[in-house]
Amino acid sequence: MRRLLRVWSVDPWFVPGVVLLTLFGIAMIYSAGEVHVPNPVTDTAWIRQAVWFALALIAFTLLTRVPARWLEWVAAPSYVVSVVLLAATLVVGTGAGTAAGVRSWIDLGFIRFQPSEVAKLATILALARFLAQRERPLSSLRDFLVPAALVGLPVVLVLLQPDLGTAMAFVGILFAMLFWAGAPIALLLLVLSPVAALVLAFDITIWSWYIVGLIGFLYLYRYRLFLAESVAVVLANFAAGTIARPLWSSLAEYQRNRILVFLDPEVDPRGAGYQLIQSMVAVGSGGLTGQGFTMGPQKRFDFLPEQHTDFIFSVVGEELGFRGTVLAIAVFAYVLSRLVKMADDASDPFAGLVLLGIFGAWLVHVFVNIGMTIGLVPITGIPLPFVSYGGTFLFMSWVAVAIAVRVAHER
Amino acid sequence: MNVFHPHSKRVRAHVAYAMLAVVMGVLVAGFFRVQVLRSSSWELRAESNRIRRLPVPAPRGTIYDRDGRILADNVPGYAITLLPMPRDSARAVLDRLADHVDLSEERIERVLATLGRFGREVVVDPDADFESVSVIEERRGFFPGIYVEMRPRRRYVLGNAAAHVLGYVGEITAEELASPDYLNDRYDRGMTVGKLGVERQYEGRLQGRQGWKYVEFDARGRIVGDFSGVRTDPGEPGEDIHLYLDYELQDYIHSIFPDTLSGAVVVLDPADGAVLAMYSAPTYDPNDFVGGIDDDIWRGLTVNEGRPMFNRPVLGLYPPASTWKLASAGIGLDLGVITPDEYMPDPCTGGWQFGNRYFRCWDARGHGFNNLSEAIGNSCDVYFYQLGVRIGLDRLLDRSTDIGFSQRCGIDLPQESQGVFPESRDFWRRTFGYAPTEGETLSLSIGQGPNSQTPLKMAQFYVALARDGSAPAPRIAKEIELEEGWELNLTPEHLEALRDGLRYVTAPGGTAHFGTALEHWEVLGKTGTGQNSLSVQGLAEDHAWFTGMAGPPGGAPEVVIAVLVEYGASGSAMAAPIMAKAADFYLRRKHGIPTDTIQTYLEHLLAGVPAPWYRERFPPEAATRR
Repeated sequence: MRRLLRVWSVDPWFVPGVVLLTLFGIAMIYSAGEVHVPNPVTDTAWIRQAVWFALALIAFTLLTRVPARWLEWVAAPSYVVSVVLLAATLVVGTGAGTAAGVRSWIDLGFIRFQPSEVAKLATILALARFLAQRERPLSSLRDFLVPAALVGLPVVLVLLQPDLGTAMAFVGILFAMLFWAGAPIALLLLVLSPVAALVLAFDITIWSWYIVGLIGFLYLYRYRLFLAESVAVVLANFAAGTIARPLWSSLAEYQRNRILVFLDPEVDPRGAGYQLIQSMVAVGSGGLTGQGFTMGPQKRFDFLPEQHTDFIFSVVGEELGFRGTVLAIAVFAYVLSRLVKMADDASDPFAGLVLLGIFGAWLVHVFVNIGMTIGLVPITGIPLPFVSYGGTFLFMSWVAVAIAVRVAHER
Repeated sequence: MNVFHPHSKRVRAHVAYAMLAVVMGVLVAGFFRVQVLRSSSWELRAESNRIRRLPVPAPRGTIYDRDGRILADNVPGYAITLLPMPRDSARAVLDRLADHVDLSEERIERVLATLGRFGREVVVDPDADFESVSVIEERRGFFPGIYVEMRPRRRYVLGNAAAHVLGYVGEITAEELASPDYLNDRYDRGMTVGKLGVERQYEGRLQGRQGWKYVEFDARGRIVGDFSGVRTDPGEPGEDIHLYLDYELQDYIHSIFPDTLSGAVVVLDPADGAVLAMYSAPTYDPNDFVGGIDDDIWRGLTVNEGRPMFNRPVLGLYPPASTWKLASAGIGLDLGVITPDEYMPDPCTGGWQFGNRYFRCWDARGHGFNNLSEAIGNSCDVYFYQLGVRIGLDRLLDRSTDIGFSQRCGIDLPQESQGVFPESRDFWRRTFGYAPTEGETLSLSIGQGPNSQTPLKMAQFYVALARDGSAPAPRIAKEIELEEGWELNLTPEHLEALRDGLRYVTAPGGTAHFGTALEHWEVLGKTGTGQNSLSVQGLAEDHAWFTGMAGPPGGAPEVVIAVLVEYGASGSAMAAPIMAKAADFYLRRKHGIPTDTIQTYLEHLLAGVPAPWYRERFPPEAATRR
């Protein structure tokens, strides 16, 4: 007990903040089950979530007693294992619940879990291990190659499942950790620049000006980059601009709809835009004060899609109103900021990198999940940490909490 | 440079805080916009999302007969409604529904088209039976977006006995909705409206005001409950209508009219022109139309050679033949060109020479000298030829037009044919391309020539003979304003002479005597044999007419009846007994005398039932009067 308290004392408000989020999540899952036409599965989801929370707390307690060195040791093997598991999902993976078309789960009979959850943590550990060992700072794009490969392998496997949301979390991990490892922000932006080219290519005038600006920027930045790298960046931007349209037409109808609907949900209000419109109706009708806990009509009448899992925050918005959403976002912001704080305080580079990796993953999860309920982000199936229903996801999130606390404790 | 130097880390930590603040700030700003700035529009949307305003059909007014017996009322029925949903889902639900409800592919297509056009709820089956409704209710989750409700269903108590006069109801068509008769503040898609007959005529009164209710649905179209807290509008039932029609008489006429023949029976009350019964044969069952008629039945009705949908008493135009001779006589008396007792100078010798043409009497043996009554009784053409010449063509046309033979009676029904009769000499030029000669007068005066009338019109004319020479417009519903009728300027003596002529027809020795002799009532009437396009070619029989009146012996007539049997050959043998039996049935009930199925003397003879009253009613000496 003393040891547990000591571990917590690294940051006296981080773990309570996460406990608060988890309890809040259980309450919202309970509320999500309160509908007019009862559904025996979702009715009792909050109980299962609570049981998983208890299991997660046990795991948390055990993990915080593990020597921090062990985490560095298991980094490489767990990375290899999780990549193998991810590859396995492509063969034996099953869908689950509402994401029945996605092969992201492995079913062991007594338990089902998403290897991508394990892979996220394993990748964080492996990448932290790699970056912490570096002698020199990351100063050129060439230095990004190994980290990008480390993250790229699981990303490709996850995209093949296909699970775009989780892939985005990996990208968040990569950039947060590169940033913490000292990569210049300008360099990180250059890496992202082909994505901008991809989007801007739909207007040839804007794209042309963008390329001109990019080349100008590279000229000003020329002393920090090898020529080959600058050329590579420009070529990558040209390539992205060129494939934009063919890529668009090669997308499946539903994928294109997702994007069009993000731009204007009314394009297809009964089809692809349905989820977004119903979610925005729920959140918007919540107003300032909300409809009251468990009272949300949109939720009660089953208009909300995935209201236990991906769209749990719509229930928050509908029932607790703007006050509730701001409070929930504030708690998330607080918990995330504590990760940065612990990283700042940690003397061990490995610890700081792990903490920033977790920060990057969660920041993507929080922003994409909450943002999609009001159309700030295209809809991708990605859960809200600690709040969305999902036993193994909650469990793995708590494993991440334990790792964060454990590494932060090694000052 | 050590990237993990505390100072370097501190800078990056601040950058990370700033990033975090920006991301969270974007989220908060987004929620502020949705939840605070634009909240009210989303709230509205949330309401309309789950609450559907559904129409509550108002019960249609009940139609009563003259004594308050129900002719048409409402019984509980079930309507199946489909809520708006994407076409593919609707298609799937309807296909599933088709296993339990009689739903043709055509109907499904129509429902889908309406759904696509209006994006509102559509009535799939306005009249579902209880069994299929039970199946749907039991497996509600299986039929998302399907809403079953109780709905008043029209019932026609007399069925096919009163089909034509009452009409029927059906779903309002797009054309009707577009017409100014159906104002949009009262009428809406899916409503039931009167299509024909009284239902159509009094649609505006029978139709109630449709109400609204609010029903809560979940996202899958399952009903969660009636929405409380929002006011619902139950609507208002339609107004009841009381008719002059006699339930039992209408039913009785249906039962005695030959099933295999076509024709019409009109029964009017001479006191006020009220329609006591109006029957058209062959008939149909208006109950088949309630909630949409089966295609098979509809085809059967429309393709049928007998044209069961055709309302013969008011739409059928038939040459009135000899029944029209009373009109010539009435006009002659009105103009004063004859007196009742006057004998025409030329005796009937089977024909009459007029100008360069010889006009035949129907009876080549001739009728000798005739006064008015005798001429009517004998139906002597020669007498009426001479009468026609006295009246003259112009006066005959004017007077006939005055008493409406080229107009409608103005009965309160949506459709009525206009009588065909020349309103002036111009008629011949217009229609046949030649100027009429005086010879036309002769044809017209015996009810031939360009003269076609509805059975209702002839009945109305006989109403004038049964009372004081005036004829109110026939009417079906009580308490309504109708256009005025017309009047012939006849004295009681004139009328008595005309009726005396009619009495000849039914008196012993008259052609229609045996079929019209009744124990309690005196029947007066005129037979008619209307040539038609088939009968002149010898392909079919003539149309048989009998128009007349009946009442207590020696008293004023209390009922006027016109009977037309298409291709019935003989007015006296075919039409007259129907008239007499209907009159007997009506008058017996009116005077509280038990009714019997064996009514006329002829029936007594055929059935071998003694008729001791016959000698009393018709003493042998009366038969020798001729």
